[in-house]
Amino acid sequence: MTTTIQSRDIEFLKEQARRVRIEILKMLTAAGSGHTGGSLSAADIVTALYFYKMRHKSEDPQWPLRDRFVLSKGHAAPLLYTVLALTGYFDIFLLRNLRKIGCPLQGHPSSKLLEGVEVSTGSLGQGLSIANGMALGMRLNKIPSRVYCLLGDGEIQEGQVWEACMTASHYMLDNLCAIVDLNELQIDGKCSEVMRIEPVSSKWKAFGWHVVEIDGHNMEEIVQALDETEKIKVKPSVILARTIKGKGVSFFEGKVEYHGLTPTRAELELALKELGENG
Amino acid sequence: MGSRKIQDSRQPIESHSFFGEMVATRDAYGAALVELGRRNEKVVVLDADLSGSTKTVKFAKIFPERFFNVGISEQDMIGTAGGLSLTGKIPFASTFAVFETGRAWDQIRQTLCYSDLNVKLVASHSGITVGEDGASHQALEDIALMRVLPRMIVIVPSDGFETKQVIDTIAEYTGPVYVRLGRAKVPPVMPQEYKFEIGKSHIFNIGRDATVIAIGIMVSFALEARDVLLKEGLDVGVVNMSTVKPLDTVTLLQVAEKSKFIVTAEEHSVIGGLGGAVSEFLSENWPVRMKRIGINDTFGCSGTPDELLKLYGLTTENIITAIKSAL
Repeated sequence: MTTTIQSRDIEFLKEQARRVRIEILKMLTAAGSGHTGGSLSAADIVTALYFYKMRHKSEDPQWPLRDRFVLSKGHAAPLLYTVLALTGYFDIFLLRNLRKIGCPLQGHPSSKLLEGVEVSTGSLGQGLSIANGMALGMRLNKIPSRVYCLLGDGEIQEGQVWEACMTASHYMLDNLCAIVDLNELQIDGKCSEVMRIEPVSSKWKAFGWHVVEIDGHNMEEIVQALDETEKIKVKPSVILARTIKGKGVSFFEGKVEYHGLTPTRAELELALKELGENG
Repeated sequence: MGSRKIQDSRQPIESHSFFGEMVATRDAYGAALVELGRRNEKVVVLDADLSGSTKTVKFAKIFPERFFNVGISEQDMIGTAGGLSLTGKIPFASTFAVFETGRAWDQIRQTLCYSDLNVKLVASHSGITVGEDGASHQALEDIALMRVLPRMIVIVPSDGFETKQVIDTIAEYTGPVYVRLGRAKVPPVMPQEYKFEIGKSHIFNIGRDATVIAIGIMVSFALEARDVLLKEGLDVGVVNMSTVKPLDTVTLLQVAEKSKFIVTAEEHSVIGGLGGAVSEFLSENWPVRMKRIGINDTFGCSGTPDELLKLYGLTTENIITAIKSAL
């Protein structure tokens, strides 16, 4: 089966990504702490997963045939919470209580507290191994579902990522798709200055993966890449998505300090205007 | 091929209990896993290139499709086991205790315990009786590392008979579990009517003069020491506290009420292990004079298991001396 996505569907996804960005900014402003830059950089990718690619049911979060999403870069929790809320896993008003005491929306995702979160993450480098295990389990269970795992580019400095890279390739996990959000920044500065990760593409290729390189903000490319990886057999796939940290808000874009800073009220107003929303 | 496997699993299973056998707990584990694998299709096993030593190789040979060697990558093994559990599998992940709990501690904390995943960590080569490989391979801190983690269950079987029961029991329990096994053969200590339950220790007897609360190989030494002291007219008891977490506080209070002196004995650091756990509880609830026998805040070294047990003061004689000098 080949899916041909219509241009109006692309427009729909772009509109969803815009809504996702708006909710991320509102929730982070309300919270007063959290990770803005890395939530915005991956917003288009995760929107495409939840609104287009993944088979999932918010009314039945444990549906055995669902596709799985592992947010290995757990600090992008605001992004995950937003897509979960917008696809019906919980009331959108809950987003206003991000990081507040008693709220299931923890600073980093907790699967014990929030339905829809497949596994708790936050300590970087661990998600791909978990995704591998899920992919192996689905294969044993003869379930044709897929596993998607989102990693940050700074995150791939963790050694465990490369252990998991070998495992996925060794066990030929073609029901697994990793996505690396290559926004080129980490807390202490540019990845190229803190700890060089390039050449990223040839590294994954050398580990035996099918590699697709895209502009991580181009919805057509994201959709095409997700469709392509589904057809790859005998090896795992990785989508290397070139992105801009803080994407969507001009004064956050490419700014390393907005890794862990949240918008002020005034910045939120300006940001919402840029996103075409009257705050 | 698939249908033949199903037929195999329906054949009557001859269970090997290991009662009364002098056997290493890791060997009992290897055999128990195979029986468990036949009974329960959900059981999968992972190893990090030590399957010959941890004895998971027996399972690997019979159920290759349910065995995953991840190579020398313990952190990845823990995460992969966690992912498998999220698809309804019951993963047993094995390697040496020092690598399982030390190398992959953050993965155990963040991925397994925080998410409350149903993964069984069964580690071999714990304690000083690893022997000749030396300090790098002797886990003397693993109980402490696992005990501190919320939701983790910590079990140290004393012999092959108990190990077999522990493995069967934890497969039925949902949540993370750590089981500490040894390399060396250990004498049988548990009676035939013994039935393992998580959190319930086995009281051989409680002594008015002293009671030794022991785990692992130290249970057999404690029983020998008791028998020597009984002949000398002292009333000494022994408890096998094989579940270190959750602590059997009911038994501890019972012992503390009746015994003048308590000795803990373990093949582990005196910091943070069984001795630590017992001291923490009793000091707050029923203070009693105590002596912790274990490794005294030091690394091990190469030698035969017997030489090392003597060198580090983990013998029957050490238990006898501790009790006599206290009374």
